[in-house]
Amino acid sequence: MLNSMIALLNTTLRMATPLILAALGGVFTERSGVINIALEGIMLISAFMAMAGSYLTGNPWLGVLTAIIFGILVSLIHAILSISLKADQIVSGTAINIFATGLTAFLLRVMFESAGQSPSVTDVGTWTIPIINDIPIIGDVLGEQIPFVYIALILVAISYWVLFKTPFGLRIRAVGEHPAAADSVGINVIKTRYIAVLISGFFAGLAGASISIGLLDVFVENMTSGRGFIALAAMIFGRWTPQGALLAALLFGFADALQMLAQSIGLDFIPRQFLLMLPYVLTILALTGVIGSSEPPAASGEPYEKE
Amino acid sequence: MSEEKNIAIKKEENRYYEMLANFIGPFISVIAGLLVGAIFMLSIGRSPLTAYAVLFNSAFGSLAGISETLVNTTPLIFTGLAVAFAFRTGLFNIGGDGQFLIGYISAAWVGYIIHVPMIIHVPFAILFGIITSGIWGGVAGLLKAKLGVHEVITTIMMNYISLYLVAYLAGGPLKGATFLPATKKIFDSAKLIKLMPNIRGSRLSIAFILALLTAYLIYYILWKTTIGYEIRAVGLNSEAARYSGIKAAKNMILAMFISGGLAGMAGITQVLGLQHRAYQPFGFIGYGFTGIAVALLGKNHPAGVVLGAFLFGILQRGSMQMQSIAGVPKELVQIIQAIIIFFVAAEYIFKYIAHKLKENKGGVTSVE
Repeated sequence: MLNSMIALLNTTLRMATPLILAALGGVFTERSGVINIALEGIMLISAFMAMAGSYLTGNPWLGVLTAIIFGILVSLIHAILSISLKADQIVSGTAINIFATGLTAFLLRVMFESAGQSPSVTDVGTWTIPIINDIPIIGDVLGEQIPFVYIALILVAISYWVLFKTPFGLRIRAVGEHPAAADSVGINVIKTRYIAVLISGFFAGLAGASISIGLLDVFVENMTSGRGFIALAAMIFGRWTPQGALLAALLFGFADALQMLAQSIGLDFIPRQFLLMLPYVLTILALTGVIGSSEPPAASGEPYEKE
Repeated sequence: MSEEKNIAIKKEENRYYEMLANFIGPFISVIAGLLVGAIFMLSIGRSPLTAYAVLFNSAFGSLAGISETLVNTTPLIFTGLAVAFAFRTGLFNIGGDGQFLIGYISAAWVGYIIHVPMIIHVPFAILFGIITSGIWGGVAGLLKAKLGVHEVITTIMMNYISLYLVAYLAGGPLKGATFLPATKKIFDSAKLIKLMPNIRGSRLSIAFILALLTAYLIYYILWKTTIGYEIRAVGLNSEAARYSGIKAAKNMILAMFISGGLAGMAGITQVLGLQHRAYQPFGFIGYGFTGIAVALLGKNHPAGVVLGAFLFGILQRGSMQMQSIAGVPKELVQIIQAIIIFFVAAEYIFKYIAHKLKENKGGVTSVE
C-alpha cells in the first residue's frame, strides 16, 4: 500500500513537470496581456527538436538547448503576429498549433522515413539528490527524478521572485493590467510584451524537451496531446501566479497518475476518461466561481495601440 | 461635375476597393501558402510543379476524385460556418472539435436506437445532434453572457471534456457487440442518400447539398432577419447594441447555440453519411480548428466559407496522392494551411500598405 502511494506521488511529480513548465510560460505572457494558446504547438515543436538535437549530437543537453532555441523562435512568430501586426492572438496561436502538427510530422517523415515515431535517442537520465534521497518516503518521491522535475521546481521560485519582487515583474504586470497607464509612466509596452512572450517560448521549449527526452526517449507524433491546453488550464486554475500554477499542475498530474495506476492494476470503479477530463472540468468550475474566483489580467488579449 | 456626384463616385470607388481588398487578402495568402509549400518541397529535393500537378489532378482529374474532394469539403463548410457565425457576434468558437464529437455520438445513438422510416429517422437524428451539440456550444455563450468567462477558454476545456466523454461512451455504454471500439451500426433508414451511386466507391452523400443549403440559410439569417441584424449589431459593438435595446446576453447564448449546432452538423453528417457508426476517438480530427482557417479565409461570409472549405477540401484530398506519387509528405498540407492563416491574420500588413498607397495619392488618412 505504502509502496503504491509512493509510486503514485512519484508519477504525479513526473507527469506534472511539463505542465508546471508550460504553465509558468503561460503566466508570463498572460500577465503581460498576451494570450498564448500556442503553448501546445510550441511544446510539440520543441519536443521534436529536443529529440533531433539529442539524435544528431548524442548529447541530450544539446537537445534541451535546441528545444529552448526553437521554443523561443516559434514564440517570436507569435509575438510578431500578435504584438506588432496586431493579429488576433487566438488566430495566431491556432495557426502555430496547426503549423506545429504539420511541421513535426513532416520532419519525422523526412528525417527518419517513418510515420508515427522516431528511433529512441539518449535521454537526460535521472538526478539523485544526496541528502534528500536518504530521508524515508520523501526521499523515495523526491530523491531521484528526471532533472526537469528539479528545474521546474526551482523555476517556480524564480518566476515568483521575478514577477512579484522585481521592477521588471512589476512592468510585466502593469502592461497586462493597464497598458495605457504603463505607457504614460514611460514603460515600453511593446518591448515588455515581446520579452514576456519570448520567456513563455523558453518555458514551453523546456516543457517540450521534458516530454520527449525526459519522460521518454523518443518523439511520437502529436505526443503533447493537449498538455499545452492543460497547462493553460493549470495557469487559470492557479489564478495566473507561479505558485498557483504549481499546485494546479500537481493536482492535474495527480489525476493523470491515478488514471495510469488504475489502468495498470485493472481498477475501474471510475472510468479513466473521467479522471482525464478532471482538469478541464475543474478549470471551468474555477472560472465560473463555483470554487473560488479566477480573474484574468484586465488587458489580456487586447493588442496595444498608442493613442 | 457637381459636388454630390463627386461624393457618389467616391463612395462607389470605396466600395469597389473594399470588395477588392476582401478578395485580394485571401488570394495573396493562398498564393503565399502554396509558395512556402513549394520551398519546403525544394528543400527536400522534390519538384513542387510535379507535386502540385499530382495534388490538383487527384482532386479534379476524375469524377471519383471530385466526389472525394467534396466529401472532404463538407465538414469544413459546417465548421467554417460555425466559426464565422460566432465571429459575427464577436465570439470566438474554438470548440468546433468538441461540438463535432457531441453531434457525432448523438446522431449515431439515434441512428441505431430507434427503428422508424427514413423520412422520420434522418431528420430526427439530425435534429437531436444539433440540439445536443448546440447546447454544448451554448454553455460557452451562457458562461460568457452571465459570468463574463472568456469563451475561448471555455470552448478549449469543453473540447477535451467532450473528447473523453465520447471516448467513454463509444468504448463503454454505447459500445456495439463487435470487436470494434465503436457504437453499433446505424440502421439503413438513418443513412444519408448517396449522390453519385453510379460512380464506384463514391462516398459523396446529400450531406454536401445540406452544407450548401445551410450556408445559404446562415446568409439569410444574418442579413435578412431581425435576429441576424441583432447578432451582427452585438458583434460590431455590444455596448451600442445594448443602448438600442438589443439583449446582448440572449444573442450571445443563441449565437453560440447555433454555432455549436453547425459544428455538430459536421459530426452528424460524418456518421449518417460516411461512417455509419461512431468510433471511439483518440484525438481530434481537427475539423474545428481547420474551420477557423476556413472562416478567416472566407472573411466570415457564408459564400467565402464555402470557397475556403473547397480549397482546403482540395488540399486534403490531394495530399495522399501527393505523398504516394510525388514523394512529398502529406503533412505539408497542414503547413500550407498554417501559412495561409498567418498571412490572413496579418492582414494589418495589407491594410498598412494600402494606407501608405492612399496617403501617397493624398487620400484619406485612417488605418481602421
